[in-house]
Amino acid sequence: MSDSGITSAADIAPSRTRQSITSSLSAAGRATGVVAGFFTWFGNLGMFSWQVLKAAVTPPYEWRELIRQLDEVGSRSFPLVALAGAAVGVIISLEARYSLTRFGAKSMFPATLVYSVIQVMGPIITGLVVSGRVGAGIGAELASMKVSEQIDAIEASAVNPYRLLAATRILACILMLPLLTVAADASGLMAGWLAQTLVEPLSFHQFVSSGFSGATFNAFLPPTFKTVVYGFIIGLIACFQGMNTRGGAEGVGRAATNSVVLGSLFLILADVVLVKFILVVFP
Amino acid sequence: MAASTDVAIKRAEEATDKDVPSVAVENVKKTFGSHVVLDGVSLSVNRGETLAVLGRSGTGKSVLLRLIIGLVSADSGSVRIQGHDIAGLGLDQLGAIRKKMGFLFQHAALYDSLTVSENVAFPLEHHRKDLSPQERAERVRQLLAEVGMEGDLAKMPSDISGGMQKRVGLARALALEPEILLLDEPTAGLDPISSGEIDELILKLQREHRMASIVVTHDLHSARAIANRLALLDQGKVVVEGSFEDLQQSDVGFVKEFLKQS
Repeated sequence: MSDSGITSAADIAPSRTRQSITSSLSAAGRATGVVAGFFTWFGNLGMFSWQVLKAAVTPPYEWRELIRQLDEVGSRSFPLVALAGAAVGVIISLEARYSLTRFGAKSMFPATLVYSVIQVMGPIITGLVVSGRVGAGIGAELASMKVSEQIDAIEASAVNPYRLLAATRILACILMLPLLTVAADASGLMAGWLAQTLVEPLSFHQFVSSGFSGATFNAFLPPTFKTVVYGFIIGLIACFQGMNTRGGAEGVGRAATNSVVLGSLFLILADVVLVKFILVVFP
Repeated sequence: MAASTDVAIKRAEEATDKDVPSVAVENVKKTFGSHVVLDGVSLSVNRGETLAVLGRSGTGKSVLLRLIIGLVSADSGSVRIQGHDIAGLGLDQLGAIRKKMGFLFQHAALYDSLTVSENVAFPLEHHRKDLSPQERAERVRQLLAEVGMEGDLAKMPSDISGGMQKRVGLARALALEPEILLLDEPTAGLDPISSGEIDELILKLQREHRMASIVVTHDLHSARAIANRLALLDQGKVVVEGSFEDLQQSDVGFVKEFLKQS
């Protein structure tokens, strides 16, 4: 500062440089923290997966809890998945009819609907619906058990919580996703055919024979069974988020939200890899 | 011949009881971030003995119990259960040791989706597969009768009071007939009558089951009623350990202040 009390440009310059350096350092610190947090999260997820795997393959097996979870994930998700599948079937039917008519390929309608529903939309819609319903449910339930010390109580009772809570839920998701996908596919095809028939009558027999003509198992089985991976992702992320919750009600809410957001995100990212894998392995 | 063998086994067990403490905590340190919770704590409890751990809130009393049952691990030092160091054990190996222990959580930690009887049956269903469903139900009834809750078998935890939840938690902790009982604030938040009932219940269980017990509490009157020995924790260290009279005779300022305020 000059003697007159007025700050000169020469005084301001070093001060701005210092501010700029401090701000750069703090930004670098934040970035390092984010990167470290990212790797820590994946490291913890890896250790969690290892604990669950070890618990899942060694006795005693928790059959009763597994059956309860199969019902929770499968039977109770069925109406929602079937409804979502039907809605997707109707949307594809409406869009496909319009586009195919425009390009003079109306006869391709049944095959377009069948392939669109079974290969693309059925699996991903089932995955996202289950991620929303089951992922949030598992995340919130386990988080609530964690913050109220119920998981500690299970452990203190000499019962392995990874086996009782996590392995059963993940396995239920893995086993139920393909079955729910078949339900979503069936409901989507029925609804799509119905939407078409209401506008322009098409017999169900004609729809099926035309839609599935020349179809092989390779065209339909891999897209259906890839949902096993979706089930694993949904169950794993939700159990991990739930069992590692901290804090009270806020922590429970965060676990439920993260279970859905991260589960859905990883599911879509996994789909990119799975689609390419299926195209290469089952051409 | 058989009788003399039994006597020999009993004598050997008694000798073992004396030689190896049921719980031995040696120079345990535990920190959370920069906060030192336990700073070189050493304690031991033998069979048939009850140790009350006293101290202000946040001095690491509950953490000590969690360390003993293996829910958290120590930064250094050792925790031995009947001579076995629990450090580094996997969940299933720890499980074998935990079957010998009963734990009553501060807020009971009952499974909120299960009824009172299902809560008590939980450890039996997992570890007493030899029991038929009828035998298991009978054992649950006995355990709940022992804590005065036999009339509330079908109620949900949310439908019973805090004191009743602690009774059910105690019944669950006793389900596997533990040799070591860990009680975290068994009378906290209860009215004086309920507190007295819980104290009487603990004394009755000690007389009947002869377990090694560690009771964490900040209630000096309750501790005096149920414990053989008392240990006072302050700033992560045991500042005094002994009988109630030993505490009264202590010259440590914190001990005097604690006794004065209690």
